[in-house]
Amino acid sequence: MVEQGKILINEHVGKDIWRMELKAPWIAQKARPGQFVNVRLTEHTDPLLRRPISLHGIDADNGIICFLYLVVGKGTKIMSELENGDSLDLLGPLGNGFSTAFQGKRAVLIGGGIGSAPLYPLMEMLKAQKKSVTLIYGAKDQDSIVCLDLYKENQAEVIITTEDGSAGEKGFVTAPFEALLRNESVNYVYACGPSAMLRAVEELTLKYGVDGEISTEANMGCGLGVCLSCSTPGRDGKNRKVCTDGPVFKMGELAYE
Amino acid sequence: MSKVKTAVKIGTLTVKNPVTTASGTFGSGLEMREYVDLRKLGAITVKGTTLKSRAGNPLPRCTETPSGTLNSIGLENPGVDVFVADILPQVAAYETPIIVNIAGSEIPEYGRLAEILENEDAVSALEANVSCPNVKSGGMALGTDPDLVYQVTKLVKENTSKPVIVKLSPNVTDIVSIAKAAEEGGADGLNLINSVLGLAIDIEHKRPALGNIVGGLSGPAIKPIALRMVYQTAQAVTIPIIGLGGIVSWQDAIEFLMAGATAVGIGTGNFLDPATTMKVVDGIEKYLEDHGFSDIHEIIGIAWKGQNAGKEGCHVCSE
Ligand SMILES: Cc1cc2nc3c(=O)[nH]c(=O)nc-3n(C[C@H](O)[C@H](O)[C@H](O)COP(=O)(O)OP(=O)(O)OC[C@H]3O[C@@H](n4cnc5c(N)ncnc54)[C@H](O)[C@@H]3O)c2cc1C
Ligand SMILES: Cc1cc2nc3c(=O)[nH]c(=O)nc-3n(C[C@H](O)[C@H](O)[C@H](O)COP(=O)(O)O)c2cc1C
Ligand code: FES
Repeated sequence: MVEQGKILINEHVGKDIWRMELKAPWIAQKARPGQFVNVRLTEHTDPLLRRPISLHGIDADNGIICFLYLVVGKGTKIMSELENGDSLDLLGPLGNGFSTAFQGKRAVLIGGGIGSAPLYPLMEMLKAQKKSVTLIYGAKDQDSIVCLDLYKENQAEVIITTEDGSAGEKGFVTAPFEALLRNESVNYVYACGPSAMLRAVEELTLKYGVDGEISTEANMGCGLGVCLSCSTPGRDGKNRKVCTDGPVFKMGELAYE
Repeated sequence: MSKVKTAVKIGTLTVKNPVTTASGTFGSGLEMREYVDLRKLGAITVKGTTLKSRAGNPLPRCTETPSGTLNSIGLENPGVDVFVADILPQVAAYETPIIVNIAGSEIPEYGRLAEILENEDAVSALEANVSCPNVKSGGMALGTDPDLVYQVTKLVKENTSKPVIVKLSPNVTDIVSIAKAAEEGGADGLNLINSVLGLAIDIEHKRPALGNIVGGLSGPAIKPIALRMVYQTAQAVTIPIIGLGGIVSWQDAIEFLMAGATAVGIGTGNFLDPATTMKVVDGIEKYLEDHGFSDIHEIIGIAWKGQNAGKEGCHVCSE
């Protein structure tokens, strides 16, 4: 479904990171955590393709959705320049989303950089199901860590790592994650972030005999399953479309070259 | 219901309007049902099919350039047997003509594919892709040699009674000579153009942006190239042309018709707005009405035929 979202807030919240709230009742009604929206940034032809952005907030009651995005190029730059009241052409919700039907109570959510975006609505959903949530949030530096209050308000445990040590533990998410796996009971793991991080997290999770899901990225042409731009090999030798079979996959499902 | 006549013919196939989809940009059509009324399309042209399944090229397979996209999918598809058994019957339920795009890595494979699809009533026409820029053997190499294009066309014709469309590569010096070779081989129609071979470099990683290094450029960036090729070819052959390359609006489609295309295909345009095909169908009809035309044939090639030529009927469709 294509919906014209109306921008309510578009604010700078961290280093090159922006948060946008939109009135988009249809998408807000339909969306599940882990799904994304394909955003068209101009009615002209440059930038041409839509940009996939995860749902960072889903408020069905008020018809509001939220994006958390990092400005990296032409498209996201245009997004950051939009103002309240502007409308944005949204195609979605797309993709499969996270599943929350795991055995046990304890979920660990791992976000690397802007990969933390889709974890927030997931955390809300898990909390609503009375699960206990630990977030491990890794970033380059303190300025790249945003929206922590959201987790604290929901009584989720938060562990921070930064590459330069300017906040939390110095290093990568894998260190505190392995400590958790070793010392505490973890029932399910969700991760989203750069592919090197996903691979390391997936290896650890499987090594400790735990199940989980990762949300992946691929350059997309259509987001609708028709162009095969995003087709990614699975361990069973069959390809998966990140846009419609994913972006969320079971840990151990995808092959890494 | 509009009184304007929009039906056109490609060989023995009559389509109710001139709008089809570009192979590889619309899946089988089923994926687009939420956005498109498949029954309203003139025809559905499905993703390229090969004899055996193909896994396609390494990622990244797609990147963006100004007003264009560069792709190197590599003809990923489940193979013709799976297509016929699992996909075709579902698409056929929409009762819109289905054009099956076929590709081989050796010339004989085109004959074999035509033979297999000949048995399928749900297939309305074949489109032989002799122009894929993203496969190592066959593909574009075939499409740049008039003799090979002639041979492929003839072989496909010998193995089917269905209309045969030959999809040409723009990556040639003289499109007209290739088009004539296809016509001599017995083609009932031409599809031009496939994507234009191109390259993008990722300066952060200091390497080509696509896993396959080169890719096919599509979208508005190639529209002038496509239009020029349609314009030249339409004047040199007597078979109908499906014109495509960068059509994102009905206005673009009208340009192709005026350049001499009998039908148009929407490719990358589906990615910007999944309902582009529907808007093009309606837009063409409205344009014809607003400008006092009663039949779409009146504008086909009008850009080179002149204002009054169309009124005498269309030599291409003999109507
Ligand atoms: C399912 C999914 C969800 C995403 N969610 C978010 C999110 O919530 N917040 C966020 O900041 N980013 C997210 N991304 C990444 C985001 O799509 C890219 O950062 C964005 O497309 C870059 O566009 P640009 O024009 O600014 O950059 P450019 O580099 O100019 O883009 C050029 C082309 O490459 C594509 N591209 C570039 N980087 C990526 C990437 N990492 N993933 C996919 N395509 C890319 C663009 O779509 C565009 O077609 C997500 C990606 C996917 C696949
Ligand atoms: C993602 C993608 C996949 C394609 N796959 C095929 C294919 O399988 N067979 C084929 O003949 N052409 C294929 N093409 C070419 C298109 O059908 C079309 O000729 C080209 O993209 C130009 O049209 P456009 O600018 O409207 O996209 C593909 C194009 C794209 C963008
Ligand atoms: S982006 Fe087109 S199939 Fe996934």
